Amino acid sequence: MKRLALILALVLATPVLAVQPDEVLDDPALEARAREISTGLRCPVCRNENIDDSNAGVSRDLRLLVRERLVAGDSDAAVVEAVVARYGEFVLLQPDARGANLVLWLAAPALLLLAGGVAFVSIRRRSTAPDEALSEDEEARLKDLLDR
Amino acid sequence: MLTELGHFSLILGFTVAIVQMVVPMIGAQKGWRGWMAVAEPAAAAQFLCTGFAFAALMVAFVTSDFSLSLVVDNSHSAKPLIYRISGVWGNHEGSMLLWLLILSGFGAAAAWFGGDLPERLRARVLSVQASVGVAFFAFILFTSNPFARLPVPPFDGQDLNPLLQDPGLAFHPPFLYLGYVGLSMSFSFAVAALIEGRVDAAWARWVRPWTLAAWMFLTVGIALGSWWAYYELGWGGFWFWDPVENASFMPWLFATALLHSAVVTEKREALKSWTVLLAIIAFGFSLLGTFIVRSGVLTSVHAFANDPERGVFILAILFVFTGGALTLYAARAHAMEAKGVFGLVSRESALVANNVLLAVSSLVVFVGTLWPLLAEMAFGRVLSVGAPFFDAAFTPFFIALALILPPGALLGWKRATGAKLARQLVPAAVLAAALAVLGYAIGSGRSALGPLGLALGGWVIGGAMVDMWMRSGRGTVAARLGRLARLPRADWGRGLAHGGLGVTFIGIAGLLSWQQEDIRVADIGDSWSLGGYEMTLDDVTQGQGPNYLTTMAQMTVRDGGDVVAVLYPEKRIYPVAGMPTTEAGIDGGLWRDLYLVIGDPQDAGGWAVRSHVKPMAAWIWAGAILMALGGLLSLTDRRLRVAAGAKRQAATPPVAAE
Repeated sequence: MKRLALILALVLATPVLAVQPDEVLDDPALEARAREISTGLRCPVCRNENIDDSNAGVSRDLRLLVRERLVAGDSDAAVVEAVVARYGEFVLLQPDARGANLVLWLAAPALLLLAGGVAFVSIRRRSTAPDEALSEDEEARLKDLLDR
Repeated sequence: MLTELGHFSLILGFTVAIVQMVVPMIGAQKGWRGWMAVAEPAAAAQFLCTGFAFAALMVAFVTSDFSLSLVVDNSHSAKPLIYRISGVWGNHEGSMLLWLLILSGFGAAAAWFGGDLPERLRARVLSVQASVGVAFFAFILFTSNPFARLPVPPFDGQDLNPLLQDPGLAFHPPFLYLGYVGLSMSFSFAVAALIEGRVDAAWARWVRPWTLAAWMFLTVGIALGSWWAYYELGWGGFWFWDPVENASFMPWLFATALLHSAVVTEKREALKSWTVLLAIIAFGFSLLGTFIVRSGVLTSVHAFANDPERGVFILAILFVFTGGALTLYAARAHAMEAKGVFGLVSRESALVANNVLLAVSSLVVFVGTLWPLLAEMAFGRVLSVGAPFFDAAFTPFFIALALILPPGALLGWKRATGAKLARQLVPAAVLAAALAVLGYAIGSGRSALGPLGLALGGWVIGGAMVDMWMRSGRGTVAARLGRLARLPRADWGRGLAHGGLGVTFIGIAGLLSWQQEDIRVADIGDSWSLGGYEMTLDDVTQGQGPNYLTTMAQMTVRDGGDVVAVLYPEKRIYPVAGMPTTEAGIDGGLWRDLYLVIGDPQDAGGWAVRSHVKPMAAWIWAGAILMALGGLLSLTDRRLRVAAGAKRQAATPPVAAE
């Protein structure tokens, strides 16, 4: 867990713990936006961690960068864009829905439509078919056998 | 010496498994009873051999035998006993041996308690089970030998990853593996049935207890892991959509689907081929999970094995078993003609919807987990898929699942009508609406998540209660209550498991919508307030544990002057591994957890301190415990005990022998 981050943190400085008190902005509205943005950005040197939770030094830099941009008056989207421009789409924890990424976003809804459709059609076809189920006597005997 | 005996015993187990794989299968094909009968003693012998090997490794860890390279890499003489024991599976080789132990344990359980299974089916099941065993014996012996010796033993070990030195994580892998590997039984039954060409109600009834047991262990394992992440990682999250978490979540979703579709196969002889397919897929995803975790192919927080040779080996196992089973399925599935006819509005249809939604939601997890790998290989795009994606893409399907759960559970088999159902569900709807209003009233207005989650939880819990009440029949309240108490355990299990899901929903919604946080620099003696509580940093002391150094804070939490809790959050450094860990100070409660973390000393004096109030946090795991309890209750139901193939006089449930 966070081994790389921790090693880095140990090597670079004393370990820091996620968001530090000195980073927190005075304006609660801006700070809330900063936190929101931070949870969507990946720490570049960690394994599956956002910069808000990360202990790595680079995450701290990114958190500070996000806050700097926000204080300067950037919109949320502009802040994210600035970070992506510097580190690539790798830092986006929620990939965009452009190009090949459409597969990622649409695979499940497509399967839902497909499976739902197949199930609906086959159940409807089957439900109108003649009933070939066991007769009452057979059912009773089966139940008897199973419950023994 | 014992180590060498353990190694030898493992090789012996390998040969026994080969015999168990080949001989009974031929016997079953030819109808030779003597050859079929080999399966049982072989399964027992295989289990004993693996058990001896595992015990030998455990002795090496407990006695800190540093002539074993595995012990050197993952243990230390100063480590407390429990972590010397859990160190056995806190590494690649040992955890694979645990995998194998559990696999052969399930096989032996099927041999010992499957007395009433038809002879041929049992021989084939044990043979298929042994074939999985053969693959993993080979994997361990040829790529991951836990018994490798060092020519020059060092003076002491390098310690276990400190994050793993924790009670929650000591027991997380065994439970997870019991679940992962338990699904191998469903797989073996499915493949045996395909070879046999026969799937009927009785088959479904034999499969169910094994699936139920696996599902229950998987539930406990996942909950333990999530709980560990909550208190150990220091920021109080409970689920990170980490590839390794996903690896355990996908088999869980499929096992859940399998449990439900097996019900339809058992009661109505419908969905047969789908149930068989699910059994194959569920175990396929267990193998995929093993591959993801063991190969480290997806960079993830848990990967402690990064050897490509091993990855390729497991990938081969994955392809051979799922590919082989699916081929067999393609050849034989048409033989399994569905019998039960049912209408569009019926419990069968609801269970089909349940299966579709579970399969689709696991596809979200599957695609999301593998997408970074695919995108990089196929499109050269280096990207990440993290929690925000899964939250957005996964949640809608689970909301839909929660919505259809109560009506689905109440619908009659075959053909049902909507009107009666709507009447029955009024109480659940009222509960849901009441909770939504409550959620809206407390709501900080941050999002619709809180009220929505509470409403869903109320709907599911209310639905489970209505379901139980409807099963109590007609008559006076007293008579119905009496009957309620005498309902079969499987009914109670179902109610508990469904209710547990609702409880978890409420916990997640409460935690995510109403948690409060404070980050500050505090001097000793400082106080601050958060969420109606007043917190004081009383003291910070330096101390020493058995194998770590600790910075421990004492913090008092007061509510209107009364002391609620005195907590001792810690920051530990494990000098041997050179790693710090955080130990949050947590005061758990029914309605909220108080969660305190001590950070670093600041240059200008004082300490960085984080405090959280986390509403309903305990409900998340309470729900999981309820689900697992529900599984346990069902498992002890007489019908399933018989169904597992147990002889009628056998008093113990089949899997208790694990």
